Amino acid sequence: MTMTEAVAAPARVPVQMTVNGTDYAAEVEPRLLLVHFLRDNLGLTGTHVGCDTSQCGACVVYLNGESVKSCTVLAVQANGGEVTTIEGLAKDGEYDPVQQGFWEMHGLQCGYCTPGMIMSAHALLKRIPNPTEEQIRHGLEGNLCRCTGYQNIVKAVQYAAGQMNGGGTHDPANTADWERELAGKSDS
Amino acid sequence: MFPTQFDYHRPGSVQEAISLLQANPDAKILAGGHSLLPAMKLRLASPAALVDLGGIDGLRSISTNGGVTIGAMTTYAQLRDSNELASRLPIVSETANNVGDPQVQNKGTLGGALAHADPAADFTAVMLALGASVKAVGPNGERTIAADDLFVDLLTTALAADEVLTEVSVPAGQGKVGMAYEKFRHPASGYAVVGVAVVVPVDGQGNAASPRIAVTGATSKATRATAAEQGLNGKPLTDQNIAAAAAAAANGLDLNGDHFASAEFRGHLIEVFTKRALERAAAQVK
Repeated sequence: MTMTEAVAAPARVPVQMTVNGTDYAAEVEPRLLLVHFLRDNLGLTGTHVGCDTSQCGACVVYLNGESVKSCTVLAVQANGGEVTTIEGLAKDGEYDPVQQGFWEMHGLQCGYCTPGMIMSAHALLKRIPNPTEEQIRHGLEGNLCRCTGYQNIVKAVQYAAGQMNGGGTHDPANTADWERELAGKSDS
Repeated sequence: MFPTQFDYHRPGSVQEAISLLQANPDAKILAGGHSLLPAMKLRLASPAALVDLGGIDGLRSISTNGGVTIGAMTTYAQLRDSNELASRLPIVSETANNVGDPQVQNKGTLGGALAHADPAADFTAVMLALGASVKAVGPNGERTIAADDLFVDLLTTALAADEVLTEVSVPAGQGKVGMAYEKFRHPASGYAVVGVAVVVPVDGQGNAASPRIAVTGATSKATRATAAEQGLNGKPLTDQNIAAAAAAAANGLDLNGDHFASAEFRGHLIEVFTKRALERAAAQVK
């Protein structure tokens, strides 16, 4: 790929990484953050910059299979690595179950936090396939949503867990109150 | 926000890292980067060069041989997910699960936390309570530094600028040992407003045998609560003895106050969280 013109600066360093299955190579300033490499160099603007201080999680992507806040990773640290962004989750035109969950349960209002929220939820479900509500809230601690109060986000993750664990049902012990209400069943 | 310009080095060995540190006196070591990079983005730190330890094999490991040895670049996520640690040193996996958030846990490292010595870090207190030591490798070879001697002052350790912290060792406990870390978590940052780590071995009669209690978040560096330790030593872990030790925990500590918590409030939190941690530790050795 081609880079924008160089400014007088310390030596640029070569980086190459695979992003959403495509190989990229570039020469970058060491101080370039991964999130800016993704957004500005590769044009993958689905990953957002929110707080820019590693608090809000709008910039979460996978780096070598682990969810990271890409505003707090240098592009050079990702050299040789494999990155998946929100643009890389859908497969063959089908949304990932976590994306479906946010759609079905309306797990968003303004949508700003959503890409990071979905990436973190995806990583959580990889580690804990059938999380309790408490585990979902703990697992999304690094993602801030200022609109929803998290209720529908939790529902979205529960929906996704159900989809991933065999088509719509999941462990009844982890079934949320709202699901029981919908099903007209009593807990006691 | 982005940092000032710097040169980036990614050595393949500890020896190469030391050479780079010697050649670049204004260099900083980059581990997980979750303290250093935010500081650089805010221009609170402007190192001329970074020496990234991420390319060195062998610094990410957990091994057990009597005690437990943890490579400096081992992430909180690895500590959190280690079955070995969950059974041998549950305080370590529990604490790792409560540092920052999952993304911080994926990048942040144990060695980085100890070398950075943030006054509100969690693992500084936990390693003090465990009686851990670190291995520091420099131009003149390696040395062992006890956690008790590692933390010198605010963000300041006994490590020299050209030394690399390579591993953390926790000695094997003898007999029954209760251990717990309790913190008052800052609601925004997740850092410890006050955190208290306790490691309490008990003898055959159920009396505390040289308990170790360490406090973070409240003073310029993580520190032992020696008054509480001495008060509890040799005594059974009754509610009364635990309450007395907790009440003494802040004695002799020079407490910080800030806009979030006054020194007086921090003193109160030390008592409360020492009590909670000791109660949890006592329940483990009943």
